Amino acid sequence: MATPAEIAERVQAQFGTAVLETVLEGRLPHLVVEAGRLQEVCAFLRESPELKFDFLSAVAGVDLGEQLQAVYLLYSYAHHHAFTLKVNAPRDNPVVPTVSGIWPAADWHERETFDLMGIRFSGHPDLRRILLPEDWVGHPLRKDYKYPESYDGITLRRDEEDWPDPGAEALYK
Amino acid sequence: MEDILPGRFPDYVLFAKADDLINWSRKNSLWWMLFALACCGIELMQAGAVRSDLDRFGAVFRATPRQSDLMIVAGTLTLKMARRVRLLYEQMAEPRWVIAMGSCANCGGLFNLSYSVVRGADKIVPVDIYVPGCPPRPEALTHAIIELQKKITGSKVLRKA
Repeated sequence: MATPAEIAERVQAQFGTAVLETVLEGRLPHLVVEAGRLQEVCAFLRESPELKFDFLSAVAGVDLGEQLQAVYLLYSYAHHHAFTLKVNAPRDNPVVPTVSGIWPAADWHERETFDLMGIRFSGHPDLRRILLPEDWVGHPLRKDYKYPESYDGITLRRDEEDWPDPGAEALYK
Repeated sequence: MEDILPGRFPDYVLFAKADDLINWSRKNSLWWMLFALACCGIELMQAGAVRSDLDRFGAVFRATPRQSDLMIVAGTLTLKMARRVRLLYEQMAEPRWVIAMGSCANCGGLFNLSYSVVRGADKIVPVDIYVPGCPPRPEALTHAIIELQKKITGSKVLRKA
């Protein structure tokens, strides 16, 4: 078992400039790495005998405004330690290389991240929507997403008089 | 009538209104479609299992819409699923009834503000009985079946009301 600091140190020693940011405090110690070298870093994390991250728990997407972020939660069943990688991509062209060749589990996780956040994973074998219908417009978990007025002939507008919108403030008071 | 009929026919001849007979047979053979969308489906299974035992009302599940009289929309109806639900409904032979089970099927429920949820199954199929609850207990669904039986009892079969 390696501590997050040790894991970060090993990655930094191997890749140096590819690591853009190191965060070791908090609940999710992570490295932000350069998108172009993500696959190398992931292959290293998986294959290096001291790290041996053999399990990709999840791929998530975050909308940071100017940038979109892909988050990779890793776990090692061999050493029972966990770590997180993050990759930023510009909002106007959010492309991140796929890691589905390294962890096959990434295939569907990346499809979900594409579906809901709109991050495109280059080199992915089958990058289609996985949850929403194929003819859906937009990526709903983006902060600037506009809800559709109707879909497939079903109206989604709410009758304000019947059921006034309480607003987010009232809901989370 | 009471003075005329006795003794004229054998014991096994009964007199009844056609409406009553047909409704009686329909309400006591409410075959429901084995179909659930979300967590309400678990309560639906429980309602069909031994403790609640919907079978005692003649309501048994069928694995195909073509043999079903009753669709129980049990769970969250998403926009993606809506077209399939309508298709299943249209595959059912008339007369057919629909129970909307749980808050989600009634109005979207917890997911009312979501981008991907239909705000009530009645936007897709005509609903006869709404069962509130999140999820409704098997007793509530049993009550809904009984209420539907009452509704069927009053319906006119051979002519439009």
